[in-house]
Amino acid sequence: MSTTNTTSAQPSGLSEFWYYFSRNKGAVIGLVVFVFVLLLAIFASVVAPHDPNVPSGFQRLPPAWSEGGNSAYLLGTDAVGRDMLSRLIFGTRFSLFIGLVVASLSAVAGVLLGLIAGYFRGRTDTIIMRVMDIILAFPSLLLALVLVAVLGPGLLNAMIAISIVNQPHFVRLTRAAVISEREKEYVVASRVAGAGTLRLMFKTILPNCLAPLIVQATLAFSAAILDAAALGFLGMGAQPPTSEWGTMLADAREFFQSSPSLVTFPGLCILITVLAINLMGDGLRDALDPKLKRS
Amino acid sequence: MALLEIENLVVEFQTSTGTFRAVDGVSMKVSAGEVLAIVGESGSGKSVSMLAAMGLLPWTAKVTADKLVFDGRNLLGMSGSERRKIIGKDMSMIFQEPIASLNPCFTVGFQIEEVLRIHLGLGKAERRKRAIELFEAVGIPNPAERLGHFPHQMSGGQCQRVMIAIAIACNPKLLIADEPTTALDVTIQKQILDLLMRLQTEHGMGLIMITHNMGVVAETADRVIVQYKGRKMEEADVLSLFEAPKSDYTRALLAALPDNATGDRLPTIGEIFKQTSEGAAQ
Amino acid sequence: MTPVLEGKNIVRNYFLPGGLFKKEKTVHAVKGVNFKVEQGKTLAIVGESGCGKSTLARIITMIDPASDGELFIDGKKVDIAAGDLTPEMRRKVQIVFQNPYGSLNPRKKIGDILMEPLIINTNTPAAERRELAMSMLKKVGLQDVHFNRYPHMFSGGQRQRIAIARALMLKPRLLVLDEPVSALDLSVQAQVLNLLADLQDELNLTYVFISHDLSVVRYMADDVMVMYYGEAVEYGSRDQVFNDPQHSYTKTLFAATPRADVDTIRARLARKNAAIAS
Repeated sequence: MSTTNTTSAQPSGLSEFWYYFSRNKGAVIGLVVFVFVLLLAIFASVVAPHDPNVPSGFQRLPPAWSEGGNSAYLLGTDAVGRDMLSRLIFGTRFSLFIGLVVASLSAVAGVLLGLIAGYFRGRTDTIIMRVMDIILAFPSLLLALVLVAVLGPGLLNAMIAISIVNQPHFVRLTRAAVISEREKEYVVASRVAGAGTLRLMFKTILPNCLAPLIVQATLAFSAAILDAAALGFLGMGAQPPTSEWGTMLADAREFFQSSPSLVTFPGLCILITVLAINLMGDGLRDALDPKLKRS
Repeated sequence: MALLEIENLVVEFQTSTGTFRAVDGVSMKVSAGEVLAIVGESGSGKSVSMLAAMGLLPWTAKVTADKLVFDGRNLLGMSGSERRKIIGKDMSMIFQEPIASLNPCFTVGFQIEEVLRIHLGLGKAERRKRAIELFEAVGIPNPAERLGHFPHQMSGGQCQRVMIAIAIACNPKLLIADEPTTALDVTIQKQILDLLMRLQTEHGMGLIMITHNMGVVAETADRVIVQYKGRKMEEADVLSLFEAPKSDYTRALLAALPDNATGDRLPTIGEIFKQTSEGAAQ
Repeated sequence: MTPVLEGKNIVRNYFLPGGLFKKEKTVHAVKGVNFKVEQGKTLAIVGESGCGKSTLARIITMIDPASDGELFIDGKKVDIAAGDLTPEMRRKVQIVFQNPYGSLNPRKKIGDILMEPLIINTNTPAAERRELAMSMLKKVGLQDVHFNRYPHMFSGGQRQRIAIARALMLKPRLLVLDEPVSALDLSVQAQVLNLLADLQDELNLTYVFISHDLSVVRYMADDVMVMYYGEAVEYGSRDQVFNDPQHSYTKTLFAATPRADVDTIRARLARKNAAIAS
């Protein structure tokens, strides 16, 4: 009997992934910025020049480069006198924490529901999807506001509300992926080998549905940051004196005309972080979607 | 004079592992009225070489040749708009998956009339008349009614007939058929092959038949080119190829046919081919 | 000797419920088919698309239930509509699919794919499972080093070998092969057919071989069943069916198959020259 050799050296999964990811220049930039933000969050206590919660005595100081500025407080101080730069740096922790928790919560719950809906079809599917449709029918921020009003303001409740609101996207994606994978031959082959329902759902089908879910999780991450900032701005999210960027915006509302830097810098931080994560998600999608692969 | 002349065609693709040479120095000539079969397994570059001649390869492909001439016109470096005047009109192609090759959002009537409108500039009534004529020529029953159907409403065989109708709509000088019957049932395959041969004789077209099925080659070809991994292994008229193949690869290919099985087991191409000097050179 | 597989009057109907715009209808995929296969033999089922051969394959492999009729595996009646299959019965029939690119889980390593049937159905300890999977891998002509690779790193022919290896892990009595070589190149087809023949000799396997390619059927089969629109229009030994086909459809099928031999070519060229001369 003849023996056979495999095809010529295949690139490892990681290097092939990097090849496609790196072709999207925006995605690479996004990745660099995100890593920078991550490092800031981890080493915040080392990097930040001052304590974010201690007033300095100088209130509403403009940034160091404009007149009246003080080089010890590079980006100026806020209405109470706390250093803006340190607050922003510590703010990365909240934003990343919110993004991570919300993305994880909605992903886990959404994937589970989507799996059940897509695998069992029939009545179960209809009920789950109609509930998701109802959630999607509401403007997400409004729904989050209502939930927070019910649960009470605070960062944790805001995160729960945003998770619930983001979940239907995961359910839809997972359900669609499960329905398309379900009828494929390798699933039938596992069934013929005697696999039961749980094994088929979690070990056979789910790993093959992951690519769009990873992309969605990245986008949910950035959406969560935005939503949390919005809630914070409305006073329903993280409460002062927390140095979450949205809450900082809320504090600065009245000083918009007189000290625009109080509004600009937190806003810029939100913008840059969310943009970086979205660019990364774009690149992820290009790299993980097999239909876009050219070789 | 040859209708299509290709000399030393090389097609390279950029991939994540480097450059991949799909076609490596292939040369061939097709004259009007003759049927050339290009036979090979997957990876032999038979489809890619014809797609290169038609200019249908993606931007990642690099096409170079010493000569790539159709009907006296140089195809290399031809501008897009020049090429579009030839493709679909004088040189056309039909593909392997008939249902997938038609646009699912439009009726088949719309798709065939599109070709007539763009290449022949016919008016609406004329287009419809010609479309019905073409459908009759390819053997579609109830042509007037069929014009309003969508591809998913038709069977694979009928879609392939529609494709053939679209391809011959402008009386092309050369028709390239890329595995036209591989996705079809055996009985339908025979009908489609008979149709192609009849049209070829009636119109005096040159026909290039790309296939991996030696039976199809035997039933349709005048001349045959055998390709393997992007290279031309042998070129001969069909009778000589089957009676006395010169290339070891062709011999191995013929020996691997289950119909030619002599013993209990089929000789595999790997065994025969690699033992020869030709195989060692690969 | 009880035949390994026996089917009596197998019927399979699909009921398509009507929607808002279409009427409900019943599709009669298989209309009363009888067959019998002895151990160590190969039954080939031939037909074109829509004839019901794949449906029949799924019924024999106990994936879908039959709507009517009786199916016997090793003399024991099987009825999956009535209840779940016992693991013992589940092991008796395994299947190899047509599409080498869809039948292996892309996210699992080959070794895991091979060991999965053992994990589900037996209590074999991990080290022994690995041993069994490794030896099966070598039996189908692959190497140790392939154990930890993913399916996309293999060619179509190699994937079919892996699919065959997986099907054999549970030591089935009957192997259903649904067009196993149709998607493969000629040279690879020969290798896989040789492998199947070797395995049949060595393990005394019984095959139900579905194909639309008559030359492959002639090479592999002991008995042949020709299906047309859900009915078995011809059933007999290979020599009987090929040398003396009874039904008109069988004759049409044989006539339509392109023949790759010198005599056909000579005849065609002679006809062509005669047509030109006249």
